[in-house]
Amino acid sequence: MKAIEIRNLTKTFGGKKVVEDLNLAVEKGEVFGILGPNGAGKTTTIRIVLTLLKPTGGQVKVWGYDVVTQPRDVRQALGYVPQEKAVDRFLTGREHLILVADLYHLTRPEAKKRIEEVLELVDLSHKADDLVNNYSGGMKKKLDIACGLIPNPKILVMDEPTLGLDVESRIRIWDYIRRLQRGGLTILMTTNYLDEADQLCDRIAILDRGRLAALGAPEELKKGLGGDRVTVQFGPLQDRLDALAGTLKKELPFVNEVKVSPASHELEIRVTSNEEALAPLIQKIHHHGHPILAIQYSRPTLEDVFITYTGHKIKEDSALL
Amino acid sequence: MKLFIQETMALTMRSVKRLSRERISMIFGLIQPMLFWLILFGNLFQKTAQIPGFQAPNYITFLTAGVVVMTVLNSGLSGGVDLLFDKESGFLERLLSAPISRNSLIYSRFIFVMGITSVQILIILLVAFILFGVYPHSGLVGLAFIMLVGLLFGLGLIAISLTLAFAIKGHGNFFALMGFLTLPLIFLSTALVPIQAMPDWMAFLAGFNPMTYAIEAVRDLIIGGWAWGGIVRVLVILLAFDAVSIGLSSRVFHRQMG
Repeated sequence: MKAIEIRNLTKTFGGKKVVEDLNLAVEKGEVFGILGPNGAGKTTTIRIVLTLLKPTGGQVKVWGYDVVTQPRDVRQALGYVPQEKAVDRFLTGREHLILVADLYHLTRPEAKKRIEEVLELVDLSHKADDLVNNYSGGMKKKLDIACGLIPNPKILVMDEPTLGLDVESRIRIWDYIRRLQRGGLTILMTTNYLDEADQLCDRIAILDRGRLAALGAPEELKKGLGGDRVTVQFGPLQDRLDALAGTLKKELPFVNEVKVSPASHELEIRVTSNEEALAPLIQKIHHHGHPILAIQYSRPTLEDVFITYTGHKIKEDSALL
Repeated sequence: MKLFIQETMALTMRSVKRLSRERISMIFGLIQPMLFWLILFGNLFQKTAQIPGFQAPNYITFLTAGVVVMTVLNSGLSGGVDLLFDKESGFLERLLSAPISRNSLIYSRFIFVMGITSVQILIILLVAFILFGVYPHSGLVGLAFIMLVGLLFGLGLIAISLTLAFAIKGHGNFFALMGFLTLPLIFLSTALVPIQAMPDWMAFLAGFNPMTYAIEAVRDLIIGGWAWGGIVRVLVILLAFDAVSIGLSSRVFHRQMG
């Protein structure tokens, strides 16, 4: 059994397809990220998983339970951390946790024990009896996470866990997520931060305009682009660059592809094995008597993956954030 | 059932805790009907009791019933406000993602608002007695019936308020609509003047206003000239009002909540 299984999921709002024929499965124990710009269908997908929206078509199973026919079992299996500010400023932190414990039907002693554990985990014990009104943004987020963890869920669903947080809080929350995963929790999260997806997620699904654009581990997706990129710039010797490109491709096994840009006197070389490639490459170029003006080495980022699969940058669409 | 009680009590307690931390709005909510309607309005229109049609000994005695029911109206119609803010803040999502019966959200609102309304009614009657010597001539049974009438009228109002909180986008629109509804409902009822003193068309419309019936019952119980037949008739009318508004609200609710 998968933790979450989404098959042929479609959701339309007033005739507009927001999610279209989505297929993906989340394995038990992994951190799975749904990545995409605003309006890509991330939140809609998550809301369907949470049983807050009904699918228009297709099937979604959470821990083996169907979201449409067994919503209560689904809710019992999930903990939810909504986007920021889903807290009541007139309650204290502890009162939030007591409320959530009651909503998940924990007994008094169970609740008491769990609340202490969770407060400890998110480092809020000393502030538990303060009104949330006096919490900072980062503390509110910690409380949000604590609420999500109270029911001791099988799967924790986090919608944009670090949206709008300062750097320090973000790093701390990443640390919690890693710790929770080590404890065996399955985590489904959405994000439009590429670095977050890269750092935390075992696998990601890139959504673009409601469709699945790419699926896999961040490393795999980056490798799938054809390897690291070495850009070498020469003096004005353009007539001999083509020949050089041919030689490099033929004689060096780790060179996948060489692109010649005659106007800027550049070679763009894709190589598989990053560390071993640079020295022999430079040596080879020297050996052929080409003086190098500049050399640039870069690994593909998730941004490159995103652009390759969707044809646009992630931030262009989320510039309004 | 045990689970349902646990959820509903937890949600009700949340409202109680919130209220205890919003002391200023609690105090103003209580003082406003007394200061504005009972003391200022009641004294300003003291002479209207000389108009034919008033059965009451003085205007304040007449008005007390109106103030009781107007307070029920205000509390009832604002019964959905917290839900509206939860909807906007995303807190509702958190509640709905929990394995709770959707009804516990609604029931906890009813319990809380009706509890507050009961306290308000008692305080108004107490103040009317202390300041003006007005008290229910029908005694303790009468007081019990005043509460019952208030709560039955309040029940339907809370249902309407919750319906609007679910159906309307944005609290600005919600409050605008509430403001728009409240005054006509008051003026098209017998809260301020007896039906005999109203223009015909207003008296006609007041006949369709459930508030009119609630006020008549409470007024008879305060002045003392009440009869079982009249009370039962009013209770039936209010129950019909509740049935309609709760029916409407559960339809909207289930469409929104799934």
